[in-house]
Amino acid sequence: MNLFDPRTLWLIGAVLMLLGAAETIVRVLGRRPESGIDTAILETFRLRVHAWWILFAILAAAFLLGHWTTVVFFGLISFWALREFITLTPTRPGDHRTLFWVFFLCTPLQFWLVGMGYYSWYSIAIPVYAFLFIPARIALAGDYKRFLERTAKIQTGLLICVYCLSYAPALLTVPQVSANKHAELASSAAKSGGPSESNSAADLVAQTPAGRTAKGDVPAARVVDAAGRLRLLFFFILMVQLSDALQYAWSQLPSKHVIVPTINATRTWEGLLGGTASVTLLGAILSWATPFPDWWMAGVMSAVIALMGFAGGITMSAMKRDRGVKDFGTLVEGHGGVLDRIDSLCFAAPVFFHLTVWWLG
Amino acid sequence: MDTNLARNGLALMARFLSGASVRWIDSQPDTCQRVYFANHTSHLDPIVIWSSLPQDVRMLTRPVAAKDYWIKGAVRRYLANRLFNAILIDREEIKVHQSPIDLMIREIGHNYSIILFPEGGRQQGGGVGEFKSGLYYLCKKRPDLELIPVHIDNMNRILPRGEVLPVPMLSCITFGPPLWLEAGEAKVAFLSRAREAVRRLKEI
Repeated sequence: MNLFDPRTLWLIGAVLMLLGAAETIVRVLGRRPESGIDTAILETFRLRVHAWWILFAILAAAFLLGHWTTVVFFGLISFWALREFITLTPTRPGDHRTLFWVFFLCTPLQFWLVGMGYYSWYSIAIPVYAFLFIPARIALAGDYKRFLERTAKIQTGLLICVYCLSYAPALLTVPQVSANKHAELASSAAKSGGPSESNSAADLVAQTPAGRTAKGDVPAARVVDAAGRLRLLFFFILMVQLSDALQYAWSQLPSKHVIVPTINATRTWEGLLGGTASVTLLGAILSWATPFPDWWMAGVMSAVIALMGFAGGITMSAMKRDRGVKDFGTLVEGHGGVLDRIDSLCFAAPVFFHLTVWWLG
Repeated sequence: MDTNLARNGLALMARFLSGASVRWIDSQPDTCQRVYFANHTSHLDPIVIWSSLPQDVRMLTRPVAAKDYWIKGAVRRYLANRLFNAILIDREEIKVHQSPIDLMIREIGHNYSIILFPEGGRQQGGGVGEFKSGLYYLCKKRPDLELIPVHIDNMNRILPRGEVLPVPMLSCITFGPPLWLEAGEAKVAFLSRAREAVRRLKEI
């Protein structure tokens, strides 16, 4: 199948090796309590590695079973994250029916629209339709106590957990990245047929040879086929996870300048700057795997991911501080919740998506 | 349809919908005859406690539920009678010679455990209301039964009073250490001790 071109295989191989190495480190260190490494740090790392395996499995499944698998997986993650968010957010009985629609209509609908690739709908369905529906429905319930506060809570939950996260699988279906204006060049170099209006994976795979014949030609490189989109999503998630891990690693330096001590005591300037710089470098190195025509573009996108990831992290920290909890998953046993794992992903996804479409579209 | 399969399916669905995390604090699941008593905030409470028990315990445990609610409609009747094998109590017609306590004792025999809600009705909000005396009289007649306090957190937001459709938030079911009716213990003292045992689980 065309999906398994050498670049994809290289990317998967590299990630598998990285994950295998991380897993080995966790296991070896876990068996040696005398190694002197803080068990809390080790436990955090162990949970991270497991989250990475799950994400990797989702992406691998998408390679094999088509983009709907990915969309559904992200939809389920969204649903669970929203549960955690609303559970920890005080609501009033008057919000009950609004919340019902938010869970059972807005969330599945958003992911269905993303799966279908209806960009002009999924880009505004939540910020326009849902955000107007929520206050109106709460008003209809007749409870006006702390009205704006309640509206904002539900809107924020829907925005972060559902709308933002849905832009990750949207990378697989966005029609714009098939680059209509550049496809003319590419198709003239190969065969006729032009760019397909359809966004189904099968149609786009057919254009791969066109992109290949014009190797090195900048515009042709922008024709992004299905495999290219999967690599784009892969690259995005890899960079988000690396940026989390590297910011954490850099913040372990002895010199510590905490950025916002009242919100999060572990996020330091060293972590932010060092993490962003190293992620930028890694992104530039990995640019061969992305549809970005220049290596520096992949670097800049990686830097954006790192900064947005940081923004997501401190925003969620602020909410957790306000609610007086350590993790969003507090109600689910002791370990961190889903929302704690995806905070940076949520903030980075819509910005990465928008800039990618703007650059390649 | 295979009843056991349907039972396990129902338990799984209830677990998913209520997002219940289950904790046993100073207590272990056991098939011995027990009374699980809990705070009551939603119609889903009996199903949620029932489904959070391990399968072998669940088979031997019958929830006590309100007859007027569970007899309405074919689906509810099927669920209550066939699947979770509920003991239905007629709340409107409590007679001296046909007391619910006698009915429960008759129904559980020497095998089954029961789940009951001593507050008598659903509470608004998350608090634990005063216990009615039923639990005391049940223990007086069957002092051998082990009492397990259970606290249900957040179900009042998942399906509040007067709502039909649930919102799938996360909840937490906590099982506490067993207690018994002491010999000669007064009714009021026993009931407040039992209520305190449930309330204490919220804080842990």
